[in-house]
Amino acid sequence: MAEAARRSRLGGYLRAIGAVIWKDLAAELRSRELLGAMLVFALLVVLIFNFALELDVRTRATVTSGVLWVTFTFAGTLGLNRSMAVEKDRGCLDGLLLAPVDRSAIFFGKAAANLIFLLIVVALVVPLYSLLYNTNLMVPGLLGVIVLGCLGYIVVGTLLASMAVQARTRDILLPILLFPVVLPVLVAAIKATNGYLLGLEMADIQPWLNLLIVYDVVFTAVSFMLFDFVVEE
Amino acid sequence: MIEVRKLVKTYGLKPVLRGLELQVEPGEFLALLGPNGAGKTTLLRILASLARPNAGLVRIAGYSLPREAAAVRGKLGVVSHLPLLYGDLTAEENLRFYARMYDLTDVERRVTGALDLVGLRARRRDLVREFSRGMQQRLAIGRAMLHDPEVLLFDEPYTGLDQDAAQMLDELLRQVAGRGRTVLMTSHDLLRSASLATRLDILSRGVIARSLDPRGMAPGELAALYAQVTHG
Repeated sequence: MAEAARRSRLGGYLRAIGAVIWKDLAAELRSRELLGAMLVFALLVVLIFNFALELDVRTRATVTSGVLWVTFTFAGTLGLNRSMAVEKDRGCLDGLLLAPVDRSAIFFGKAAANLIFLLIVVALVVPLYSLLYNTNLMVPGLLGVIVLGCLGYIVVGTLLASMAVQARTRDILLPILLFPVVLPVLVAAIKATNGYLLGLEMADIQPWLNLLIVYDVVFTAVSFMLFDFVVEE
Repeated sequence: MIEVRKLVKTYGLKPVLRGLELQVEPGEFLALLGPNGAGKTTLLRILASLARPNAGLVRIAGYSLPREAAAVRGKLGVVSHLPLLYGDLTAEENLRFYARMYDLTDVERRVTGALDLVGLRARRRDLVREFSRGMQQRLAIGRAMLHDPEVLLFDEPYTGLDQDAAQMLDELLRQVAGRGRTVLMTSHDLLRSASLATRLDILSRGVIARSLDPRGMAPGELAALYAQVTHG
């Protein structure tokens, strides 16, 4: 009996996560506000860097990781702000918080939807960057680093966006809160990306990968524990 | 059904609720009146587990807050002056989404039932952003009724409604309250509240300053009492 109740609770929890993801994707499919803004911004950043930096092959390899992560980070911030603003402006965040489900399900649903949006941007930016800069980014290990980096960034970003959205100055507040906190994830992601692009040994890349994984786990656990306190007045 | 004892809530150094006491019996329709800043919305947000009190006891349908917040939320339907609906989803999609958030079974029957209740079945495939304010508020009531809650909390539901939409909302509120549910509504509209509710409580300076039975009271008498309590 207790086992059945526990399973039912777990099922309800997972269904709530699924519902939030579905809702965000369905609304975005109609409005194309969030993804459109993220994509245009990301493509502009890549193009501006392409014109601004006239680089030889060797230097190009060293700046690629920085350009890529600046692009993902700024586009991601745009998406995070918009994603929570939609919830706040029509009172929908209250609607979500009124559901009789553990509130971490709302957090995981929002974070998963935000991650999907960012990975769509990544999927378009990476081939374009490869083309413009004549650099091969289609390396499985490198793509793994990008996914891990985006995960850590989005987990912290979703938590802080939930906090910043309560303030009038939310657009300014989010980057100010987010960038210092997410710095360890970005440094680890940039170093690991650089390692793959420069063709370093796995032994040199592994410590950064380990750091990235540890930060992802820690940030996910901390966000899971704090979300309820962040959203409740 | 709703029991509140010595409830205290402060925002920073500013006290909003100062040891508030409230008891609402099952099936009662209580209208909570008071001037701006009296603490009506704060009280409703605490009851809805959207805000955490600094001190005091809150019990709803046998569950206490904040310890059993998820269980309390399952018993509540909440309508505020904001629709809590997604403009880029259709009416039907909004209700289906909330049905999944409440982990309801028989989702299609409940969604259709809620749309019928608020008279929006014909507009079920229209985007909510294309709805008038009145229609959005009706759909918000449908959303709040989806899980058949025992307690309904309305936070100034008439804000921004024109005369026709307000009358339609009157009918809808009478209909949902008539099904034996406990209703707590905050409002600035004394006469409308008196026509709907079985009890009027006036909130002033963070406490219930006066409790009235509006039946048989003349509008002028009510207005004079209200002015006396809030300005006296």
